[in-house]
This record gives sequence, structure tokens and C-alpha cells, in this order.
Amino acid sequence: MEPRVLTSKKPLTLKGFFLQWEWMLVLLFIAVIVMNVNLSDYFWDYNNLRDATMSFLDKAFIVLPMVFIIILADIDISVGSIVALSSVIMADLYAHGVPMELALIVCLAVGTLCGYINGLLIVKFKELSSVIVTLSTMIIYRGIAYILLKDQSVGKFPKWFNYLGWGYVGSIPFILIAFAVFAVLFGILLHKTTFGRKVYAIGSNPTASRYSGVQVDRIKIIVFTLAGLMSAVTALFLTSRMGSTRPNIATGYELDVIAMVVLGGISTAGGKGRMIGAILAVFLIGYLRYGLGLINISAQTLLIVIGLLLIFAVSVPKLKWKGTGAKGKAV
Amino acid sequence: MAEYVLELKGITKTFPGVKALDNVYFKLRPGEIHALMGENGAGKSTFIKVITGVHAPDEGEIYLNGEKVEFKSPNDAKKAGIAAIYQHVTCYPDLSVTENIFMGHEKVSKLTKRILWNDMHAEAERLLRELGATFSPKTQMGALSVAEQQIVEIAKALSMDAKIIIMDEPTAALSRNESEELYRIAERLRDRGASIIFISHRFEDMYRLASMVTVFRDSKYIGTWRVDEISNPDLIVAMVGREITQLFPKKEAKIGEELLRVEGLGRTGYFADVSFSLRRGEILGLTGLVGAGRTEVCQALFGVTGYDKGKIYFKGREWKVKSPLEAMKRGIGYLPEDRQKQGLVLQWSIGRNITLPSLEKYARRGLLRTASEAQTAKHLAEKVSVKAGSIFDLVSSLSGGNQQKVVFAKLLTADLDVLILDEPTKGVDVGAKSAIYEIISELACSGYGIIMVSSEMPEIIGMCDRVAVMREGRITAMLDRKDITQEAILQASMAGEPAPAEIR
Repeated sequence: MEPRVLTSKKPLTLKGFFLQWEWMLVLLFIAVIVMNVNLSDYFWDYNNLRDATMSFLDKAFIVLPMVFIIILADIDISVGSIVALSSVIMADLYAHGVPMELALIVCLAVGTLCGYINGLLIVKFKELSSVIVTLSTMIIYRGIAYILLKDQSVGKFPKWFNYLGWGYVGSIPFILIAFAVFAVLFGILLHKTTFGRKVYAIGSNPTASRYSGVQVDRIKIIVFTLAGLMSAVTALFLTSRMGSTRPNIATGYELDVIAMVVLGGISTAGGKGRMIGAILAVFLIGYLRYGLGLINISAQTLLIVIGLLLIFAVSVPKLKWKGTGAKGKAV
Repeated sequence: MAEYVLELKGITKTFPGVKALDNVYFKLRPGEIHALMGENGAGKSTFIKVITGVHAPDEGEIYLNGEKVEFKSPNDAKKAGIAAIYQHVTCYPDLSVTENIFMGHEKVSKLTKRILWNDMHAEAERLLRELGATFSPKTQMGALSVAEQQIVEIAKALSMDAKIIIMDEPTAALSRNESEELYRIAERLRDRGASIIFISHRFEDMYRLASMVTVFRDSKYIGTWRVDEISNPDLIVAMVGREITQLFPKKEAKIGEELLRVEGLGRTGYFADVSFSLRRGEILGLTGLVGAGRTEVCQALFGVTGYDKGKIYFKGREWKVKSPLEAMKRGIGYLPEDRQKQGLVLQWSIGRNITLPSLEKYARRGLLRTASEAQTAKHLAEKVSVKAGSIFDLVSSLSGGNQQKVVFAKLLTADLDVLILDEPTKGVDVGAKSAIYEIISELACSGYGIIMVSSEMPEIIGMCDRVAVMREGRITAMLDRKDITQEAILQASMAGEPAPAEIR
């Protein structure tokens, strides 16, 4: 065999670096800020921005595991129902005299269990797509929440619990710090670990992954379980902010979350996309909503704007492909 | 009427990098059953696709009843009365038999375009009875057996008034009785004046049915004979009789201790009673026709699918393989048959693909150490001499041969003792082939035990120390190096005359 030398140095071109979808998001983000500042005098105000951030960050916790799910070429539309169910069980337990600390742990456990059940069903019934499985559990989880609470709302939580949704560390909202911590953890898990690499592998070619010794089923279950856990985390922050809960909370969260992930450049075909894109999309949509809300644009019009953004996101595949997973980082 | 209903002259068809048909001739008389024979890859499938209008030939002419024709699409061929029936019936399993028969040419009312169900059912009923079938045309297609589905396909051909019917290995999936039924139907069609091109690997089919036989080999036309005029040995020579001109760089490896022993392995419906052993440094060939169960045996050994009978001993100890991961941990690696679907993540770079099976090696507590990963990838890619500039090049940009080298490099990342190579040179050009043989030979010398599944006789003969021949899920012959000949392999892999009793 003739000897042949391959380079193991990462090719770095300026053009390739800037032709990434994330830069498009950054530009859009700047455009949204500039537009908002010009449209309303109230936008560029620290207190206002801070409050706005606190109000849209609750669902952002689910965006993090949803990135994994969509990279796997799966989807989970039961997350909103998991938020409701874990929140309702927590509140109900507390109302029946269980200490709040314990109820909080149960809330996380319920979310985790719901996610685990999703994962298990998807892995066991290969002929069913994840849309169908999570559509079913979405209805079931929400149904259980209604059975437990009927149509009432439960609240009056202890004072310390309010800190989650309303508290500050110095002048920075606690929820923002919590999100930052989770975002970094999930980012590392996706981009720096063997687990993340395998998630990309499964999303790109599940058969080849299996033949390469990747435990496809196990990884899918773990990812869906994480989505359940993070839905419960969202339940904690959301319940704390609202001060009470009812079975219909977080309705439609799944669509908001999926929209953010897709806008973040994560392809529903699987195997492509990066965490930073989804995180940028969270803030992009968050501030867009807030800004347009300030100038009294109706929520319905907002939906149209977000829909147009999504179509834009999925119709620029050329930009999206560059650097998002295909060539990827490192090796 | 012309002497021939169908005549093909000098047909050549080239695909990128491969000459699939090279100056091929074929003549079909009215009311004749004409067998078309040849090894896997001899060009039979491409030939059918040319006749049925799927592929347009690059050169050559097609005559139908003496008139020159040109098929621009499968529809043109259908209209000309040519129909093909395949081994794997392509049907709509959820629709009724009637709907399957009339798919694409439904009977509709001229005025209202309403579908005339009663007419269609009656016509379907008539066709089925004519073919001797007893099931109702309202039966759901998916509920029928393969043999019955083939009858429906034939009925479909008749409903379109097909004069030329091509049957592509129709008996491969049928039992003896079902085959017998198919023979009778074929004869009935012939007596009605249809001409049949019958493709089969079974000599039995040919002797039972055909009056003429045409042989292709290596995409070339070898000859046409009357079945009663050519002897069986002559026919075998015609099918395989090429000289082995390729260079096989087989080196004599030191044969060591036994690594793997399989006893009476079976999986219901796929293979049965498979026994063999493999030693360090040995290359064991596993051959036979496509569908003989070779891949299924390999997949059972690698833990992709299960097995329900028999035992596997690895290094003297019995074990049950449950997953590919477990097999790899123990020391068995598998190079899958379909490298694009099973072997590679095409959107990924060379480096990422190479390290996928052994990621944990380049990680500390789950965190990837990209420097050591890149180093390994570079080292292994160079070891199998992948032709690329960088380990960051996408595998989708590589040629088939170089992609296959990347799959080999993947195997080298793990600490393995046994390598199962499933069609390692499939779809690879000649130059890359000999490079791959070189890799295989070197691996054997460095102490791996290798099982090589292959349909290509030259490489089986050139590379293997021993060969197991499979037919219909069973090993029909185990040949030592000195006994490996093309004739011996072919006889053991094909059913029917002459009975391979002495080989068994």
C-alpha cells in the first residue's frame, strides 16, 4: 500500500465560519432589538427587559432537551402536559398537607417518570412514530391532571417557593441564572461528550449507529427522560411565578418550544443543529414578543410574525447546513 | 408473423464506473420459455430493466415482432405487451386482489368515469380461475402467500394482454409444491401463445420448463443453446468459466488457536443447522447465492438479530450475543453489506465515522478529547490508505472503494479478534478491490480470524483458506483450500441436477 498522509488539522475558513445559521440569528436578534428600541421608548429599560426575560424563560428549560430530541429526528409534544401534570400533583400534595420541599421533589420525579414512559413506548413500539406516542401521552397526562384537580386552581404556596419565579441574585433574576447553568450543562452534554456525539449519530443514521455499537434505545430513553425532567423544572418556575396552578397551564408550550428549536437551526430531519442556535432563538422570540406587545400588536399578529420567521428558518437550508453538525466541531 | 417476438441486438449499458451490459444479444420465439442464466452480477437484472423500459440502452437495438422499437419509459414497454414478475412481489398489500390487478388501468365508465367494480371483479375472477387459483378477487392482497401474490401478478400481466412475460427468480421464495404450481401456470401461458423469459438460479427450473437457455457472464453474452443439447458441466463452465486474472495478494498467515465455533445455529425461517469453526489467522469464506442466508448468519453472530437454536462458542466459552455493542466488546466486528445504510454516517467526516464505534476510548468521564480522537482517526485512515486530503472530508464525497476503507478503519479502532466481512468489495472498482484484498490479507496475518461473505467466486477462491457454501439456509459444502473450485462451489450452491450428493 502506498503511504498516504492525511491532515488532522481542522480546516478553518473565514467564509465557512460566517456562513453559519447562528450568525443569521444574531443578525435577526440585533434587528429585533433595534426595531423595538425605535418603536417604543419603554423597551430599552433594565427593569422592563429583566421582567420580560423572567416571564418568557420558563419554557426555555424544555428547549434544551428538545434540541436533543429533534436532533434524534424525533419529537415530543407531550411536554406541555407534563408541565401541567407535575405542577398539579405538586400543588395537590401541598394542599393535602405534604411539606412543600417533598412536593417539589415529587414534582421532579413525576416529570422524569412521564418522560421515561414516553421514551420506553417509543423504543418498544418501533412502528409508532414519536409524534403518535407523545400525542397519546399528551392527552393522557393532561387528562390525569384534570381528574386530580377538576377545574379548580390551587395555590397559596409558602413564601420561599415564590423565590424561584420572582427572586433575584443581586439584581440578576434567579431564573436567568438557573437557565444559564442548565444551558451550559446541556451544551456540554451535546457538544463535548460521547453521549452527544452518539445523539448526532443516531439522528443521522440510526442503522449505522446500531452497527457501530451505539445503544440507540438506551440513548433515546435517556433523552426523553431528560425532557420529562426539564418539563418538571419548567413546572416549578411557572407555578412559582403564577402563585397557583390549574390543569390547563402550559397549554401549547410544546409548539412554542418546537418553534424555538427549529428557528435555532436544528433540522427536524435529524442529525443537524447546535445548542447555541436554540438558545439564541429563545431570546429572539422572547424579545420579539415583548417588544411587539409594548406597542400593542395583538397576540394573533405576533403568531403570524413567528410563523413567517419559521418559514424563513427552514427555507434557508444552504446557510443552515454550513457548520451545523455536518462538518461540526472537532473531527 | 416474424420469427422472433423479441430480439435484442448488441445492447450495451454503462453506469458511472460500471459496464452493466456489454454487447448483449437475445432472441425470443413466440410460445417459447427461454431460460436466462448467470451468476449474481452477470447483468441479468439490468437486462430485464432494458427490456421493460426502465433503463434505455446506450447502444444496441430492440426489435418487437421484427419492428424496431424504442422504450422511453416502463409504460411504453407495458403498452407493447411486456410484463415482468419479480421474486419480491411489488404490490399494494392493503388493497384487494382486483385493485392490484387493475392498478393503473382500471375499467371506468366512458361517460362518468365511475369505476366499474362489478366488471373488474368479474374479469379478475375469470383470470384467476384461468390460472387455477381458488381465492376470491376481493381478498386483501396482504393476506395471500407469496405464491398466490405471484399468481395475482401474472393475472395482472394477462389483464394487460401481455405477450412477453419476464419471470425474475419466481421460484426463489416458493416451496416445492408451489413451484410445481407455477410451472403449470407457465406452461399454460406458453400454450396460449405467450413467450416467457425465465430467470432462475435453479437448474431444476430450467430443465423442467425451458426449451432454450441463454447465458450471461460478467455483463457479456456467452451463448444460447437448446436445453436438450447442452450438458450440465458445459453449462456450468459457460456460467463461471472465466480465468481468474485479478491479483490476490494472499499471504500465508500463521493459523492459530480456535476463536469461534458455531454449532447447529438456527433461526426459524432464515437458516438452520449451521456449524463451523474459525481459527486465528484464517479466512473462512461464506458463499452461496444471494438469499441463501449468509447475511442472516452473520447478523446473528454480531447480535443484530437473534437466533433460536444452537450454540456459539467464543474462545472456548459459550456465550449469547444480544447486541452489536456486546459482540464488539467481546471481540467480534462486522463490516455490513450495505455500507451507505449500515456502515457509515454519510453526512459526517471521515474522522468522525472512524471513531464512532470506540468513542469511549477518546474520552475522560464522558468528555471527548478531540486531539487524541483526531490522532487515532488520522492514523487509521492512513493505515488503510483512504484517498482524501483531510480527515475532515465528508465520507459522502469519497468513492465507493474509499468509503469501504473507512468502514474497515472503523473495525480497527476496537480490540477485536474476529472480523465478519459481508461482501467487502461490493460496488467497488477493480483498483480499490485489490487494495481491499491487501488489507484483508494483512489483517489475517496480524492474527484476526476472518469470515468473508462473498458472492464473487474469484475472491472466494483467491482469498479463503476454507469455504462454507450455503443454500436455502443450510451449509451444503465445506471445502478446504485445495478443493475450492468454481464448479464445486456452484454445484453446492444450486439446487437440482446434478445432485451434489458427494459434496455433502
